[in-house]
Amino acid sequence: MKIHEYQAKQLLASYGIGSPEGYLAENAQEAYEAAVKLGGTCVVKAQIHSGGRGKAGGVKLVKSAQEAKEVSEKLLGSTLVTKQTGPEGKVVNKLFVTAAVDVEKEFYLSLTVDNDGAGLVIIASADGGTEIEEVAEKNPERIIKQPVSVMMGMKDYQIRAVADALGLPNELLKPFNAMMKNMYKLFMEKDCSLIEINPLVITGEGELCVLDAKVTFDDNAMFRHPDMALLRDIAEENPKEVEASKYDLNYIQLEGNIGCMVNGAGLAMATMDIIQSCGGRPANFLDVGGGATAEKVAGAFEILLSDSNVKAIMVNIFGGIMKCDIIAEGIVEAAKKLGVKVPLVVRLEGTNANLGKEILDKSGLDIISAGDIAEAARLSVARV
Amino acid sequence: MSIFINKDTRLLVQGITGGQGRFHTQRMLEYGTNVVGGVTPGKGGMEVLGLPVFNTVAEAKAKTGANASIIYVPPAFAPASILEAIDAGIELVVCITEGIPILDMARIKQYMKGKNTTLIGPNCPGLITPGESLAGILPGYICKKGHVGVISRSGTLTYEAVHQLSQKGIGQSTAVGIGGDPIRGVGFVDVLKRFNEDPETYAVFMIGEIGGTGEEEAAQWIKENMKKPVAAFISGRTAPPGKRMGHAGAIISGGAGTAAGKTAALNACGIPVAETPDKMGETMIEALKKAGIYESCLIAE
Repeated sequence: MKIHEYQAKQLLASYGIGSPEGYLAENAQEAYEAAVKLGGTCVVKAQIHSGGRGKAGGVKLVKSAQEAKEVSEKLLGSTLVTKQTGPEGKVVNKLFVTAAVDVEKEFYLSLTVDNDGAGLVIIASADGGTEIEEVAEKNPERIIKQPVSVMMGMKDYQIRAVADALGLPNELLKPFNAMMKNMYKLFMEKDCSLIEINPLVITGEGELCVLDAKVTFDDNAMFRHPDMALLRDIAEENPKEVEASKYDLNYIQLEGNIGCMVNGAGLAMATMDIIQSCGGRPANFLDVGGGATAEKVAGAFEILLSDSNVKAIMVNIFGGIMKCDIIAEGIVEAAKKLGVKVPLVVRLEGTNANLGKEILDKSGLDIISAGDIAEAARLSVARV
Repeated sequence: MSIFINKDTRLLVQGITGGQGRFHTQRMLEYGTNVVGGVTPGKGGMEVLGLPVFNTVAEAKAKTGANASIIYVPPAFAPASILEAIDAGIELVVCITEGIPILDMARIKQYMKGKNTTLIGPNCPGLITPGESLAGILPGYICKKGHVGVISRSGTLTYEAVHQLSQKGIGQSTAVGIGGDPIRGVGFVDVLKRFNEDPETYAVFMIGEIGGTGEEEAAQWIKENMKKPVAAFISGRTAPPGKRMGHAGAIISGGAGTAAGKTAALNACGIPVAETPDKMGETMIEALKKAGIYESCLIAE
């Protein structure tokens, strides 16, 4: 789960990692008032769940409260297109107005899960401010990686090694150590999947300062952090994906026009792939999961039927624990409710496949039956 | 022979009194798996499907001689179930549970170092040695006894691959679902090693997907060590970057972990990769023919 920069900074502050004074603004007047508090000169930052906001024009340095107001009027309600948002971009609903900082030097610093070592890893670079992927591509030797054991915790010598590699002056070692220890504490206590400070800067006064921060949480662990779940901003998420999450479905909207309903993530991806190889374009990724009920399947099918981009639907089920008759019941239920106005191609294989086919046959729905995954893809693409 | 499980495997079911545990225990018994008992704390002394239920894994192991265990316990409690099985000295632990927090798995992975337990999963369909033993949720009837080993990060895509192989007359030695989480028990290389040493396995089909580096490492290992032909499929060619595709581990981040990259890595190590999911069986058969072992892999009717 992603959260906004202002929320990440508040969370870091609650763990003793401060950042420049700043205020959330949801309209231009609030931005004006925030700028007055900050003495006029300040930075207005668009709050969207995406990196690369600066380059997209979502971060503005202003010289007065009046200018803060004007900039805010333009930013609020505008759509920012960054490298991470995709071409559709994200609408700016919130701003963070924060004190301007005199920057001497910028660093990249993050803490994340090290899947291979099965612990955490500190990732740092003296090339701060840019995206770490870019550094990794152009100057991989300038990335510092320090593994941290989740059994033993983060040790002083590990933090020193990072500080030395970054070339931090000795007098900053103590505050840097405290910052890293607090980051580790936050990471472990709140089940984060990433804490990224980019850039971390040394100010003109020679102090460490967090200019931008990003915190994401492990979705699997949200059940034990109801307080963090409150930080979710549904406005930042795709409405269809939000709808699907209510049914506990894995759904991701794509740009094509063939809606897919599949059981299992691997088979769902493979279904998208084969549609593409047949010359079509999938409208979505949708995994109905293993233990789906007819109601859940109906919910999933309704999401496909209500998508105006969808010009054909391909259902690809290999029943294991998922029984094909349950899938068929769900399809019939949703089709009765909303009507099916696009070609519907169905491939059922595995547990209770014949029972499922029987239910579909008796329903009177106009269904194009396919014998295997390749035929289903060909038929779907041909009917678009 | 086979890997991990066979007709002598004595299986415990952790979470046997729950809905999922009971349902799949029934199916495993029907398949012929030697299920010897179950564990649910506080339900010791009960009987489920004619099997004794114990309060702890240690007691169940002592009384039944179990050497393997399968876990159908909700994600909040599954990490403790895995640890309990490790501490009881169970040799093989299969965790089906989806949705375990990643930091819990990181701790377990570190705790397991140097212990005698092999962990398969979590978030996996389990494994099957056709005709002998099913420890998981795979539909047993699509599998046929034979000589191709199958390893996969996906559940239903494993069924698809096994189904294509069986339809084409190619049986399987063991099919193993290693799971879709980023931190898991055995990985591709661990399973490949076992298949390499198993005399009944003549070739291996491997199913990968976007995210992580497991397929690339496997490719290198195969090139250097594998004595048997391997063919593969990678799903997620059309997956957009930065999005988690259902599995917690299936994500392209920072341009790494793409299907194209993994396919190239496998090809560079001489491993053929099926272009599309419907060609998995075919690609395996071509590799078998090239190695001159196609006939010996056909199921004797």
